[in-house]
Amino acid sequence: MIDAVIHVILTIFLPPLLLGVITRVKAIFAGRRGAPLLQPYYDILRLMRKGSVFSTTTTWVFRAGPLVTLCSILTASLMIPLGHHPPPISFAGDVILFAYLFGLARFFTTVSALDTGSSFEGMGAAREVTFSALAEPTLFFAVITLARVSHSLSLSEILTFVTPQRWLSVGACMILLTVALFIVLLAENCRIPFDDPTTHLELTMIHEVMVLDHSGPLFGAILYGAAVKLFVLSALFVGVAFPFTTGSPLLDWPLLILKLLVTAIAIGVVESVMARLRLVRVPQLLVGATILSAFALLLILR
Amino acid sequence: MELPTTADPTHLVILAGLIIACGGGAGILFPSRSGQWLSILLTAAGSLLGMTGGVMRLAGVEGTVREFAWSFPMESPLVRIDPLSAFFLIPLFIVAPVAGLFGRGYRPLETDSRRGTLTLFLSLFTGSMVFLLISAHAILFLMMWEIMAISAWFLLTIDSQDPQVRRAGTIYLFATHGGTMALFVMFSLMRGATGTFRFPLPGEMGAEGGGATAILILALVGFGGKAGVMPLHFWLPGAHANAPSHVSAMMSGVMLKMGIYGILRVSGMFSTLPPWFGWLILILGGWSAVSGIALAASQSDLKRLFACSSIENVGIILTGIGIGFIGMSQGDQTLMALGFTGGFIHLLNHALFKPLLFLGSGVIIHGTHTRRIDRLGGLMKSIPWTGGAMLLGSVAISGLPPLNGFIGEFFLYLASFRHAMTSSLPFLLLVAPMLALVGGTAVIAFVKFFGIVFLGSPRRGYDHPHDGGVTMTGPMVILSILMLLVALYPLLVIRGAMPVVAQVGHLSLTGVSSLLSFVPAPLLGWMNLALILVVAGAFFLFRRFIPAGSPRSTTWGCGYLAPSPRMQYTGTSFSQMAVDLFGIVATISRRSPRISLIFPTLEKFGVRTREMVIDSLLVPLFQIAGSGFSWLRRLQHGKLHIYMLYIFVTLFIMMLAWHP
Repeated sequence: MIDAVIHVILTIFLPPLLLGVITRVKAIFAGRRGAPLLQPYYDILRLMRKGSVFSTTTTWVFRAGPLVTLCSILTASLMIPLGHHPPPISFAGDVILFAYLFGLARFFTTVSALDTGSSFEGMGAAREVTFSALAEPTLFFAVITLARVSHSLSLSEILTFVTPQRWLSVGACMILLTVALFIVLLAENCRIPFDDPTTHLELTMIHEVMVLDHSGPLFGAILYGAAVKLFVLSALFVGVAFPFTTGSPLLDWPLLILKLLVTAIAIGVVESVMARLRLVRVPQLLVGATILSAFALLLILR
Repeated sequence: MELPTTADPTHLVILAGLIIACGGGAGILFPSRSGQWLSILLTAAGSLLGMTGGVMRLAGVEGTVREFAWSFPMESPLVRIDPLSAFFLIPLFIVAPVAGLFGRGYRPLETDSRRGTLTLFLSLFTGSMVFLLISAHAILFLMMWEIMAISAWFLLTIDSQDPQVRRAGTIYLFATHGGTMALFVMFSLMRGATGTFRFPLPGEMGAEGGGATAILILALVGFGGKAGVMPLHFWLPGAHANAPSHVSAMMSGVMLKMGIYGILRVSGMFSTLPPWFGWLILILGGWSAVSGIALAASQSDLKRLFACSSIENVGIILTGIGIGFIGMSQGDQTLMALGFTGGFIHLLNHALFKPLLFLGSGVIIHGTHTRRIDRLGGLMKSIPWTGGAMLLGSVAISGLPPLNGFIGEFFLYLASFRHAMTSSLPFLLLVAPMLALVGGTAVIAFVKFFGIVFLGSPRRGYDHPHDGGVTMTGPMVILSILMLLVALYPLLVIRGAMPVVAQVGHLSLTGVSSLLSFVPAPLLGWMNLALILVVAGAFFLFRRFIPAGSPRSTTWGCGYLAPSPRMQYTGTSFSQMAVDLFGIVATISRRSPRISLIFPTLEKFGVRTREMVIDSLLVPLFQIAGSGFSWLRRLQHGKLHIYMLYIFVTLFIMMLAWHP
């Protein structure tokens, strides 16, 4: 019960901090001081106070898009275990619902982008649906691998199974899974090398251009939803990549926050040292990640 | 709830079939508004009766075996209703009245140039399928099969002044008669094996090696061609695209399922199936799913997109059935139960959302007179009710929660995971990433459809599309409500599918129930409901943040002063990246402008999806056959006395051979 409460509190309040950490890491690499760590919070709250301007081309689908996206990502966050604590909702096969909730979010994001009737949003939507279709099999290969080693179909049991001893016993497989899941993390959250979240050239955007026409509280919902998505997928990633726990459940919460911050720093480092890939290379990298996770599966078949 | 057990499911369904078939006569006898309403009423009454019979049979009420004392050359025909027939009757009795009601608004009888042909053949189509599903005699089955196929041809070619329609009709006729030919051979082989034309009871026919293989392969060819399985799918896109929309809804929602029923019926007759059968069905299903949705993503005609998506969904159904058969042959009963249940649930779901999509396309075509996605746009403002229903249909067909498409795929994923967890050679684990890829591509296809057709601004001008009144909006609302019912209460369809799984898998009902007890179906329903409520709550919350009178402006176009609707993304551009990646499966031929002179001239640019099987295989084959047999044309010279000589010679030779 107390676990569920802390889970919900963390899910609501922590995600924008991850965005702030990534921005600060990129600023340090660039030799700047950078925005305050809490800047995303200020941005979201400021957007909530602002008014909105809607395009005459749009319909109710435009307004529904960010809301459905946010709601489905928040629902998915109720199923991911944080650290080794059981999530509020857990059942056999919840991994499937988890992955498909992100699909629902993507459907409504792209559909609300097409509602504006602008070629920019259309471009972003076309790229987003194609790259996500390629990233889905990777996630499922990773989940099947973990399900096979842990003999369970529920996310909480799958991730609780990953302890340091078990990590070392299937080491090569876990390393491959870590790399593949990191690539999925970058792809799903539109980070470099798949998409540049700070570019302002519409021709090179994917996610940023889909939300070009949103303003006010809906745009705040989009920013917040993107932060929660990063949080949820990072929680999945740290469940696989950083399997250490302290003994006590109470100390595990700060340890989890530390792991998430380390992941955010890692994303920031990757963003600072790499450039965005050419668009024709992106499918190749995604298929490469799929093959990596398929190899991880092969390694544990025997 | 006490069901009236005195009524007999078999009699109810026979009565239903007769009432529906008579409804067609009403359209011919009274070619007016009242005639069409009479026909719709008879269809609805018959469907209600038949649905009662089907549900009663699924609930466990045994039906009598009726024998018709007709003077057939062999034994007299039997009709028998078992859970398999009852399950397939359910989508038929849901879609038939709904499509008929839609036909009232879409093609009113009094203004139709064909005067009642549509109503007549629609009723014959439905009625023949009713008797097809309950017949237990090969000749009766084939009679009903032919009536169904020919009625579908008449319905398809109703607008025969259009050459595209005629071409689609010819290809359909060729495909269906090729399949029927295979079925003739198959039923003859079955008679050779059992000695009678009557269907053996499930599990009675012993598998005898070569004969069994031949029967199963012929069943796959004949029934698979009707279901639209790769590589026998080539008739589907043209037929479903060129038929009137409510006919496409019936064909896609129900007729394809007859093929699957046939495969299940024939394979159910064997006491043991060879192990390769399940794998063959799985491979065919996987191939159909992947290439079907890739084809769908590349189409620029909205009904062809839906038709290719039907190929994909039939592939998913066959994947589930294949997993079921594999589980049966490997002795893994949980796997078998999961696979079959997933396949059957997806079958029922597809029969709900595909007709919804086709009926909506009928409204679009009725208003805009075009099927080209790239010519449409901004229809959500003109036809909001249809747009809302199409949004529900698109979300459902992509398999996304909180709608019903997710439930069937959930079972297939569980089956794949379970096999990965428990087996030493888990080949089935590849099913899950394949389904994920298929789902992702379905999102591409249906975001393309919904986003380009309903959202944005109109790409060409068109005259006033409007929501069609109760007759055209009502059916879509009914189907949406049924979809939501399945999504929020999945136990309903699972309990409906369990008797069929028990029959096909040779288990008891309690056995199936205990095997599936670990599946958290009620929790899925609650999660769907919770998601819908959270979204509704978010809407309500944001209404308080966003005042109603927000300023309006034009879409940001980077400061460009004269934006035009033609600057929007078209459907072809939207799916271009994905289609290029899937180039092996969905080949595109591009006609690019040629630059030959110094000054610009008028040039054309075109993109066309090629139909591989038709263009590369069948058309050259027919041309070779035509030129190869052209010497036979010398016998067709038109001289009547020589024709009489042919007949005399043939009769003479036959008499000599008959009387040695």
